[in-house]
Amino acid sequence: MAPAFKQVADINFIAPVKKQLSNGLPVFIVNAGEQELVRIEFIFNNVNWNVQKPLQAIAVNGLINSGTVQFNAKQIAEAVDYYGSFLQTEYSADYTTITLYSLTKHLPAVLPVLWSILNESTFPEHELAIYKQNQKQKLQVSLQKNDYLARKNFAHAIFGDTPYGSDINLESYDQLTREDLLAYYQAAYQSANCTIIAAGKFDDTSFGVLDQIFGGTWRNQAEFAVNQLEFLTEVGRELYLEKPEALQSAIRMGNLSINRTHADFPSLQILNCVFGGYFGSRLMANIREDKGYTYGIGSGVASLKQAGYFFLATEVGADVCGSALAEIEKEIDLLRTELVSDEELDLVRNYMLGSLLGSLENAFSHADKFKNIYFAGLDYNYYDNYIHKVKTITAEEIKNTAIKYLDWNAMTKVVVGKK
Amino acid sequence: MVNFNRFTLSNGLRVLVHEDPTTPMAVLNILYDVGARDEEEGRTGFAHLFEHLMFGGSVNIPSYDEPLQRVGGENNAFTSNDITNYYITLPAANIETAFWLESDRMLSLAFSEKSLETQRNVVCEEFKQRYLNQPYGDVWLKLRPLAYKEHPYRWATIGQDLAQIENAKMEDVKAFFKKHYNPQNAILVVGGNVKTDEVKELAEKWFGPIPSGDKYNRDLPKEPAQTEARSLTVNANVPLNAIYIAFKMPARLDSNYQVFDLISDILSQGQSSRLFNSLLKEQQLFSDINAYITSSLDEGLFVVDGKLVEGVSMETAEAAIWNELHKIATELVDEKELTKVKNKSESIMVFAEMSLLDKAMNLAYYELLGDADLLNVEINKYLSITAEQIKSVAADTFKKEKSSTLYYLANA
Repeated sequence: MAPAFKQVADINFIAPVKKQLSNGLPVFIVNAGEQELVRIEFIFNNVNWNVQKPLQAIAVNGLINSGTVQFNAKQIAEAVDYYGSFLQTEYSADYTTITLYSLTKHLPAVLPVLWSILNESTFPEHELAIYKQNQKQKLQVSLQKNDYLARKNFAHAIFGDTPYGSDINLESYDQLTREDLLAYYQAAYQSANCTIIAAGKFDDTSFGVLDQIFGGTWRNQAEFAVNQLEFLTEVGRELYLEKPEALQSAIRMGNLSINRTHADFPSLQILNCVFGGYFGSRLMANIREDKGYTYGIGSGVASLKQAGYFFLATEVGADVCGSALAEIEKEIDLLRTELVSDEELDLVRNYMLGSLLGSLENAFSHADKFKNIYFAGLDYNYYDNYIHKVKTITAEEIKNTAIKYLDWNAMTKVVVGKK
Repeated sequence: MVNFNRFTLSNGLRVLVHEDPTTPMAVLNILYDVGARDEEEGRTGFAHLFEHLMFGGSVNIPSYDEPLQRVGGENNAFTSNDITNYYITLPAANIETAFWLESDRMLSLAFSEKSLETQRNVVCEEFKQRYLNQPYGDVWLKLRPLAYKEHPYRWATIGQDLAQIENAKMEDVKAFFKKHYNPQNAILVVGGNVKTDEVKELAEKWFGPIPSGDKYNRDLPKEPAQTEARSLTVNANVPLNAIYIAFKMPARLDSNYQVFDLISDILSQGQSSRLFNSLLKEQQLFSDINAYITSSLDEGLFVVDGKLVEGVSMETAEAAIWNELHKIATELVDEKELTKVKNKSESIMVFAEMSLLDKAMNLAYYELLGDADLLNVEINKYLSITAEQIKSVAADTFKKEKSSTLYYLANA
């Protein structure tokens, strides 16, 4: 007999404390956890999008720690590594982030290096040349991966020549110049365009260290405009890249949709969970666990700052690609025409609540939850609404959500491999 | 520091409990002491295929995933050459469901033909996705049999080829279960918002009645000492030439294991490392260069691999790697560089304590090594390593006659 169980009742979020550095720069602090360590993120909006220079922001992020007025690339890495810290640079569609992971006690030693990176990076020519060469080689390898090609072509079909979809190729790297990198750096990496989020052991003393180093006037002062994007793409496109040697075909499909700011977003997330959002989803149950066509299939709803999109991705045996596509269409159709059973819906409710609870593991994850809402212009009511919706959504609402947001004919479909 | 309590059931199941009241969640992790090294030649890939079948329903519970998801839980598993590890995370209030599910499939599986047929297909697709349909995907299918001649590490966890998976029979599945899946061969770790007394009670209730089974006595072929340099050249449809050099290194419990780990850090951890700076930045011979160890329970591998910059000859690239290996084998590492890699190891271990699941998995693995307490003193082994040890271990290891080199060349 199965043991008794309870639905998750309380989910507690740790909201950060907001402070300001002496120069007004906002700092959000989740001071929690047992370990003596901290993650500090410096988050910058992507700015000044220029379709002629699609790699500008990406290359600046990749090369920002490759030399400053005070330190060369190796000295920067040594200074960070010596204290057991980690420095990560990450570019995403809307933001670029410089993240420091460090034992809290080493902040006074490591933060000055970070200051130098954010204020006086020099982008040496020889570092740029090595970057171009090695990134081009990495891209050459990626271009032989069917799933990479599917992702790249899908994004371009949906988002066109914007930062969300721009079609990077080998030649894009050749166009990079040091002048363009410096221009972007001076515009994007300044205190007026920055938000700091600290999570972990980070008390008033740590804040004092941060303020002392970053609370003054930053060097970069160029003009900037945060990216404003428009997407003018046709719906329901079909792209097929034939790879005669392929053992598997990569499938990626989906469409522009709503993002987190839309009232329907939680309902769409629940629908997505049923469809392809967890191991027990309809897609996994049918296409992997019943048919054995694939090692994995999943779907998701992504919330970007200026758009949302729905997508589905899998790699299936080349000989069963057509059958897999037919099954996917069938599953979409079922969600639009038939009600989800109470049994399945209860399971999904409990699963999603458990999953949310489990995703709040430590100070870092609480900070991540805050970023989701803060950068979408929302507050913690968003999570209250989400939890309420998960607990109370009806089968009828799920069906209506499917009719509204899941439309096979409107989806752009990319297949790389064989059909 | 990861605290734990430990007890053993009368059927031989070892149980560890890590109490962490700061989380509302719980983890149930179960490690079975069986991996691809326990397979027979010609029937490889079986430990991993079997891991998939563990989700195909057990003797009293037709579906494994569904009841777990219904109580807000998630699960997964992985198979390596050494172990098979299953884990569940769920709200702590529902921990008993995890005991119920995990104990039933230790008791017996449903052995459904449908599940076997489907998972054979799923694993074949996994084989294609990870190993065959990717540039450089089959490297380890080539490198392992070059480096090992007798020991079952000569095949990868996924298996030697698709046919062996396609041919798996139900009788093989049943025999494998009987041989390896019993309380004596498993380590259970329960962590999170749980109390040891409660775990003891639940463990007795659900796992206590399972028969202890026959003890599996591992008797694997010993790999003879390598005495000659080996190499293999492969041509494939890839864009860049690549090189993989594998050296034998001692088993996980050898006192020099941590020295090898630090050597790999000196050579290749992060952008201050030697190979990155010398071979990628200064000489610009590689666009990608790594050194790492396989962390195997039996004699393992220390691997250096890299992708060559277009136009660089294989000879030049290979000589440059050897030059760096020669350097670490003949010159003492300076104090600052040594402190750096030690500090890094220390901080990585602190960061690992942020994740409940990582803590539970680590406890299970170190208990398999002989004693979960080893986890909490592991860092001391790193901190006590000297520059002389590094030099002497490197000098003993980085010899041509102990190397296996795979040249992975782009078709012209």
